[in-house]
Amino acid sequence: MAKITYKHPGGTVTVVDLDAPNTVMRGAKLNNIDGIEAQCGGSAQCGTCHVFIDQDNTLPLPEMDSVEDDVLYGTAVPRCDTSRLSCQLPVTDALDGLVVHLPEAQS
Amino acid sequence: MTSPRVVVVGAGQGGLETAAALRGRGFSGRITLVGDECVLPYQRPPLSKGFLTGATGATDPADLELRPASFFATQGIDLVPGDRAERIDRECRVLHLESGAALPYDHLVLATGARPRPLPVPGAGLSGVLALRGLRDAHTLRRELSGPARHLVVVGAGFIGLELAATARTLGHEVTVVEAQSRALARALTPEMSAWLTDEHRRQGVRLLLSREVAALHGDPSGQVEIMELDGGERIPAELVVVGIGVLPHTELAAEADLVVGDGIVVDERLRTSDPAIHAVGDCARFPRPGARGHTRIESVQNASDQARCVAADICGEGAPYTAVPWFWSEQYAVRLQIAGLTAGHDEVVLAGDPGEARFSVFCFQAGRLVGVESVNRPADHGIARRLLAGGTDLSPEEVGAPGFDLKQYQRAPAPAPAPAPVTAPRERPVHVAHA
Repeated sequence: MAKITYKHPGGTVTVVDLDAPNTVMRGAKLNNIDGIEAQCGGSAQCGTCHVFIDQDNTLPLPEMDSVEDDVLYGTAVPRCDTSRLSCQLPVTDALDGLVVHLPEAQS
Repeated sequence: MTSPRVVVVGAGQGGLETAAALRGRGFSGRITLVGDECVLPYQRPPLSKGFLTGATGATDPADLELRPASFFATQGIDLVPGDRAERIDRECRVLHLESGAALPYDHLVLATGARPRPLPVPGAGLSGVLALRGLRDAHTLRRELSGPARHLVVVGAGFIGLELAATARTLGHEVTVVEAQSRALARALTPEMSAWLTDEHRRQGVRLLLSREVAALHGDPSGQVEIMELDGGERIPAELVVVGIGVLPHTELAAEADLVVGDGIVVDERLRTSDPAIHAVGDCARFPRPGARGHTRIESVQNASDQARCVAADICGEGAPYTAVPWFWSEQYAVRLQIAGLTAGHDEVVLAGDPGEARFSVFCFQAGRLVGVESVNRPADHGIARRLLAGGTDLSPEEVGAPGFDLKQYQRAPAPAPAPAPVTAPRERPVHVAHA
């Protein structure tokens, strides 16, 4: 199990416990966390599950592949160095304590 | 004053997202979601792809669910599965269900979806002639495709038909696609992309017949389809037939309530029907095209989801006209096809990238203005195009056609507001090929 923290731009913080197999995107959908749309259902097509990984993160994240990198060019809020698609972040015990920030908009 | 009650008819993508978006906006009234299937709301896109190959949802149905059962309890959304809306009493604002239940509403949202258009030929009722719309259809098809190789004939080279053809080929079946139009995906794709995709299917071993119509289906004595007869009399083996020739929107409920319908439930820019207490979203809704003349109906996940959010805002008193840029995606073999905008009506296209390497985009312009981009395995082009189309852009055909053009490098210049599409006389479509 991993504790994942979603920080909204308005300051609201939602913390959820997630088991594998899940993704950080799916965790948001399961808990109706506003701010993650994930219209394509997690197939890295739409770029509407964009998150910013917390600046102080030290947890090991999976490498970004070229598709995710490309999709991030089209996000509603422009990407930055810590941008990821949350559908490409599988939840594992190693991600326990992960903090992600939600963008102002997804579409 | 009692809190308002919302009833949503249809528990597909549009219906579910309407309920979820209402709660997301803090709507505190009662929400009832009525669906005629007995399962939790699920994703349809994998049904023609990963579900059939076993990659998605085949072993664990939860993979397909849009939300788990617990979601409905924690969000206070009353899900009524396995029941059907029978009649709307607009005067009393009550929805009557087939089961006899009566649901009073302050706002009613019609997310009734669509059903496959039936194939109007003799023999269409034979066993082994299928359509693909819902989970039940997908289970049947999965069973049929999981055995030894067979002769599958797909009728219709649209998204569903071509995705099914690709999936069946991947599973080792002999696949023929019969399309009445002169090219594949004629309504959705430019001739350039259509031709490329047709070639890809042929490279993969699909027999793709264009400008051909089905005359009849013939079965064996047990009533199982075995032969398809085409116009002109040609007979081809058809142990399994899947019909994908478009859909018919579910408008009966609306029509019987005297709402305005016509290839869809007609709504205004805020997606309200001719009764302002009733909205319609998704495949069933015929809405005014933003920035253009006329109404349209769009069958896509994006359209259903974005319209759901638009309606939720309107019900919460924070509505705005629906202006989302349409986008679509499809996966066939290793082809990631993405479409941003509506390309119908374009008069000029510019190709960027390399079709030979299956990485390219077709930029579509109308009177010099970008109206849509089709991309194969170029997701950055797609995503950036969606942003440009949403914000308005002065990206020109000349810029796209210039040597070394890369949309990733293209700066978002201060752009003019999107202007209504000009009505121009049809003219020759110049085709430029950008230097890759």
